[in-house]
Amino acid sequence: MAPVTAARRVAERPAGQVEIVYFSSVSGNTHRFVTKVGLPAHRIPLHAADAPLVARRPYVLVVPTYGGGNSGGAVPKQVIRFLNDPANRRLLRGVVSAGNTNFGAAYGLAGRIVAAKCRVPLLDTFELMGTPDDVERIREGLSS
Amino acid sequence: MTDKLALLRGVQAINWNRVTDELDQQVWDRLTGNFWLPEKVPLSNDISSWRTLKPHEQLMTTRVFTGLTMLDTIQGTVGAVSLIPDARTPHEEAVYTNIAFMESVHAKSYSSIFSTLISTEEIDDAFRWSEENERLQRKARIVLDYYYGDDPEKRKVASTLLESFLFYSGFYAPMYWSSHAKLTNTADLIRLIIRDEAVHGYYIGYKFQQALRDASAARRAELKDYTLELLFELYDNEESYTEDLYDPLGLTEDVKMFLRYNANKALMNLGYEAMFPKPATAVSPAIMAALSPGADENHDFFSGSGSSYVMGTAVETEDEDWEF
Repeated sequence: MAPVTAARRVAERPAGQVEIVYFSSVSGNTHRFVTKVGLPAHRIPLHAADAPLVARRPYVLVVPTYGGGNSGGAVPKQVIRFLNDPANRRLLRGVVSAGNTNFGAAYGLAGRIVAAKCRVPLLDTFELMGTPDDVERIREGLSS
Repeated sequence: MTDKLALLRGVQAINWNRVTDELDQQVWDRLTGNFWLPEKVPLSNDISSWRTLKPHEQLMTTRVFTGLTMLDTIQGTVGAVSLIPDARTPHEEAVYTNIAFMESVHAKSYSSIFSTLISTEEIDDAFRWSEENERLQRKARIVLDYYYGDDPEKRKVASTLLESFLFYSGFYAPMYWSSHAKLTNTADLIRLIIRDEAVHGYYIGYKFQQALRDASAARRAELKDYTLELLFELYDNEESYTEDLYDPLGLTEDVKMFLRYNANKALMNLGYEAMFPKPATAVSPAIMAALSPGADENHDFFSGSGSSYVMGTAVETEDEDWEF
C-alpha cells in the first residue's frame, strides 16, 4: 500500500455522486447489497461471452472474496478481466470488499489484493449481503 | 422419508461436463480444495495448556465439544443426506455427499480432541451429559423433526440454521481459549470446521433461495414466517443452553452477542435481512480476532496445523499480471 498515492486518488474524485462497479455471482449476495445501497451501479458480467463492461466515470469497486479460505483465486476472474483493461483501472478510486469472517485471515481478501495491486484504498468490508448497518455506513461513506 | 429412503428417480450417470448450475461446480471445488483431516493438527501440543484450565473450565469445554459432536453427527448422518432427494441437479446431490462426509470428519475430530486431552472415563461422562442435557436434546429434536418432515424447503432452512447458527454457542469456547493463548491447536482445528460450515450454510441457503424464486407469493410468505419462527424457537433454546454452559465462567452475555451475530449471518445465507441491530451483536474484539488468525501466524500447511496459508507480498501491477 502507498498511502500517499491512495490519498491523492481520493482527492481526485470529482464532486457529485460516486458510481459503483461490482461483481456478483449467481448467488447474488453482492448484487443485493449494491441494490440496497442505491447508488448508480454497473455489474461486471458473469460470463466471458457477455459484452465486457467499460467504465466511463470514476468508480468504487465492490468485490466479493472467492476461494473459501485459501489465498489463491480470492479475486473473481471476471473482476481480474475487468481490471486487466488499463482504462478501467485508471478510473478505480477505491474498493469495498465482501466476505465472511468464518474464512479467518482470508476475510475480505479480494478487496485487500485489488487495493494493493491498484494502489487505491480499501474503504470498507462487509459480510455476505451486508446488514442494514453496513448498508447505511457504506452509503454514507460513498455519498459524502 | 421416515418409512422409506427416497431414492433417486431412475438411473442417471452424473456428467460433470454438463453443469447446469455453475455454483455446484464452484462449491464442489471449494469444498474438495478445503479438505482436511484432524490428524493434520498437532493436538497433543495442547496437553500442557489443557492442564492449566480449572476443573470447571475443563468441564465446560468438554461439554461444549460433545454438544458440537452431536450436531455434526446429525448433520452428517441425517441432515445433509435428507437434502439429496430434493436436489435440482445431479451435481447438487454430489455436493451433499461431500457435505455429509465432512460433517462426519468434524464429528470424529472432536473424538481426537477428547482422546488427546481427557481420560476414557471423562469422555464417557461427557457423552452421558450430552444425552441427558435437556436443551441439547431439544435442539436436536427440533431440527430432526424437520429433517424427517415432508417439506424440502423447510429442511433446507433447518439445515442452514444448524450450519450457520446452532454451532456457534459451541464454537465460542475454543475461540475464547485461543484469545487467551490456550488450546491454540484445538482452535486451529475448530477454525477449519468453521470455514467448512460457512460454505455449507452458503450453499444450502442458495439452493433454498433458488426454490423460493419459483414459488408463489403465498408460499414465499409461508417460508419466511416459518424461518423466523424456527429461528426464534431455536434462539430461545440457545440462550438457555448458553446459560447452562457459560454462566459458571461469567461469559454468557458475550456468547449471546456471538449467537445473534451468527443468527444474522444465517438469515443472510437464506436471503433474508439481518434482524439483530449492531448493539445486540457487539461480540468482544478478542473473539473476532481469534476467528482470524493474523499475519503473525504464517503456516506451512504441509507441516503445520494452521487454517491459514502463507501469503505473498504485493508488488506494482502490470497488465500482464492480470492475465490468467
